[in-house]
Amino acid sequence: MTHMLLPLFVVIPLGAAFLNSLLGKRIKGFSDILSAVATCALACISIYSIFIIKDAGLIVYKVGGWIPPIGIVMVMDGLTVFMAVTVNLVAFLISVYSISYMEKYTEKWLFYCLFLLMVAGLNGVIISGDLFNLYVFLEIAAIASYALVAFGTEHEELEAAFKYAVMGSVASSFILLGIVFLYSVTSTLNMADMSLEIAKGGSPRIIMLVSVFFLMGFGLKSALVPFHAWLPDAHPSAPAPISAMLSGVLIKSLGVYAIIRIFFSVFGATPQILNTLMLLGALSMMVGVCLALGQWDLKRLLAYHSISQIGYVVLGIGLATPLGILGGLFHLFNHSVFKSLLFLNSGSVEYATGTRDLQKMGNLKEKMPVTSATSMVASMSIAGIPPFNGFWSKLIIIVACVQAQHFAYAVWAVIASLLTLASFMKVQRYGFFGELRGRLSGVQESPFFMKLSMILLAVICLAGGILLLPGVYGSFLEPARDVILAGKDYAKMVFMSVR
Amino acid sequence: MTIIVKAITRLTVGLILLFGIYIVAHGHMSPGGGFAGGVIIALSFIHIMLAFGKEEAFKKINQGVASFFESIGAIIFITLALLGISGGYFFLNFLSKGEPFKLFSSGLIPLYNIAISFKVGSGLFIIVVILVLLKITKEGGDK
Repeated sequence: MTHMLLPLFVVIPLGAAFLNSLLGKRIKGFSDILSAVATCALACISIYSIFIIKDAGLIVYKVGGWIPPIGIVMVMDGLTVFMAVTVNLVAFLISVYSISYMEKYTEKWLFYCLFLLMVAGLNGVIISGDLFNLYVFLEIAAIASYALVAFGTEHEELEAAFKYAVMGSVASSFILLGIVFLYSVTSTLNMADMSLEIAKGGSPRIIMLVSVFFLMGFGLKSALVPFHAWLPDAHPSAPAPISAMLSGVLIKSLGVYAIIRIFFSVFGATPQILNTLMLLGALSMMVGVCLALGQWDLKRLLAYHSISQIGYVVLGIGLATPLGILGGLFHLFNHSVFKSLLFLNSGSVEYATGTRDLQKMGNLKEKMPVTSATSMVASMSIAGIPPFNGFWSKLIIIVACVQAQHFAYAVWAVIASLLTLASFMKVQRYGFFGELRGRLSGVQESPFFMKLSMILLAVICLAGGILLLPGVYGSFLEPARDVILAGKDYAKMVFMSVR
Repeated sequence: MTIIVKAITRLTVGLILLFGIYIVAHGHMSPGGGFAGGVIIALSFIHIMLAFGKEEAFKKINQGVASFFESIGAIIFITLALLGISGGYFFLNFLSKGEPFKLFSSGLIPLYNIAISFKVGSGLFIIVVILVLLKITKEGGDK
């Protein structure tokens, strides 16, 4: 029976999205409730599947009853569950937040429809065991996000969405081209089967070319530095819940997860790829934070920090030591929590004051205690102040760098972390402390649902370190790390689980 | 449009619609299927719009109806796929497969084709309607 859970990850959001488009316009409040219930169900299923995976190890679901190399499969292993929990937990809290926040836009049901389609795409990318299917879900999520960035339909938003759409399409074309080349070499699209074919070592040059295409395509989706130009425009222009979704989970699910799955599980990580990943990670880390320092637009500043924090994740995973991968994955989870929280805070500030400019804010902590307190928690987390979750993951990554004899990267990461702290001190000083401006004297705290989801995210930030405790570590982070460490054994495990 | 275009459209539009339905219905045994048939069905309505103007086309099918069919197509598709779980697998083709190359054969696949044709046909129609209705303005309003 547990097998039945796998297709639900895609079916629930897709079904809810189309029910929304059918009934949301006609029945008031229907889309709010439906989307909250659907994402809540997804979050519950993904948390429940932690326990299934603990017993089963790896589950393969044959869609339509066709056996793997012929039919499409859905594969659930430790990494899948880890990503699914991250995506669906954040999606649920963002969906709750949107109930109040999206009141200021018209056509709320349309927003929920696109939002749920995006969640369906993200879950599909994570759960799919078939490379072309992964591409299809990636496009669903990406196209929904192009539309969502343009949701305000002002000039600035349309321009950002157009830029994002063009760059995203270029990335998708490279990914598709890579898949075409791979298919021509291996004659299969199933990732496990493909991995076995590549292991025979037929045509290493094509694999090299395809690796570069994938690095370019997925690198653009995950906004690594040479490919980051769409992100600082797209993230600030979207409505706040979508900024949180894009920064919190989309760049990780479409970018980092796909990179891990393809380069570790299908190709098998070679030293060239790992060095490239580490270099791109280190570059993103520093460039992102340096560009963020000079920003006065709150959401733009946060968007540049997304680039910087993705750098940490990729650096950790590029180390390919057990500790490095653990740090990278843990930071991925932590970043999706605290960055979503920060974007929701910025949305809350914008909702109340109507501005995103830090120079026009001041002393909001008296007027908006919840927003201010939660943003303090999130800022401390992202800057890596102990007891908050960001500290532990950054510490693990830096220790892993030292352990792997990459001292330069370790120092580099420490410097980037200090610059992050500096830039968030600026946010706190200008946004929430300092003197109150007369214009803002009538500002009020945000509505209940916005406060609720911000508080819940802040609690997860504070309690994130628990994931490293012995009992919890073995069921959530360790299985995910083991999948990456196992690398090309993925294929063997998939075929063993079928029989 | 001129009288020639209008007269020809009157003759051909029904045939185009019928051909679209034929492509959808025979999708499981000849080239074509839900997507291609849906596009042809949408083209028959777009044809009316080009020849007689958008008001005439909206009398046949308006945006509300098209939007309804788009959603219902997707929901039918997901429901059919979910019904497969009754036989043990998502997307399982549980109906009798019948005799090959007969119209009523291959189980659920013709039904999937019909659901896709709803979705694609109405979706394409809406895209063209939006291109017709929206006007492009330049920033700053320079003329």
